Amino acid sequence: MEPDVEMLARLRDGDEGAFVTMVERYQQPMLRLARCFVPSQAVAEEAVQDTWLGVVRGIERFEGRSSFKTWLFRILVNRARSAGSREHPAAPTEALHAVDPARFTAEGQWADPVERWVEESEERLDAAAWSPILKSALDDLPPRQRRVVLLRDVEGLSHDEACAVLDISVGNQRVLLHRGRSQLREILEAKMGKG
Amino acid sequence: MLSLRRNDIVCQQAVELVTDYLEGALSRRDRRRFEAHLRACPNCTAYLEQIRITIALTGAVGTDELSPEARRDLSELYRKWRSG
Repeated sequence: MEPDVEMLARLRDGDEGAFVTMVERYQQPMLRLARCFVPSQAVAEEAVQDTWLGVVRGIERFEGRSSFKTWLFRILVNRARSAGSREHPAAPTEALHAVDPARFTAEGQWADPVERWVEESEERLDAAAWSPILKSALDDLPPRQRRVVLLRDVEGLSHDEACAVLDISVGNQRVLLHRGRSQLREILEAKMGKG
Repeated sequence: MLSLRRNDIVCQQAVELVTDYLEGALSRRDRRRFEAHLRACPNCTAYLEQIRITIALTGAVGTDELSPEARRDLSELYRKWRSG
């Protein structure tokens, strides 16, 4: 795979093939991320287009201080933020417990044994089979948690990179990641039993 | 008889420390307490494993292929931007 930085230079020189390669690599991840900020798919598409325009025309300068992906996502998030409706304050419905308190005894110990997922067959942990379930579980996460989980666990950014893209503190990022991952685990757990 | 030392953490606290633990954000003291709890608690060990598996499965979520129409539309835009 050709390094993104070389592709960037080529697409700015008018190489359509380079642009197509970039689009194939990033269009869908960018749409998915933009969707966490704006109310509709159409607005998300506009934010992504606007990002490409800035990149193609060289309005946005890549100075190599971050990875290319971090730089690109950061531009997108800025565009999406200004396109989206104003941020709501943290929704009070966001789960405050990693695990339902009813699962613990009064002393704070697990009331019932926790199932070991790895002891089960390979098949049960087949990533492709779980992908649609996780996709819909991700869609159901509150947007602020979804952004962090997308960047960290789906796109594989480091915590510093995710914080730079979202412009949030490391501590805040960790809280959102914790809640997001906890909720995904809970959904998987509910489905595992029925597998 | 259960002798709960002041330093011990219970399962319900341990599950809230999992992300900080994986992020390397716990103080040395808290990390030691957390790991001591794991050694003694198969349930929380299984829970941590479930979280690791959740992370791995989330990382394997792909994206849909870009449709030929979308690719064509973007290429047209690109040409417009270049000429404009």
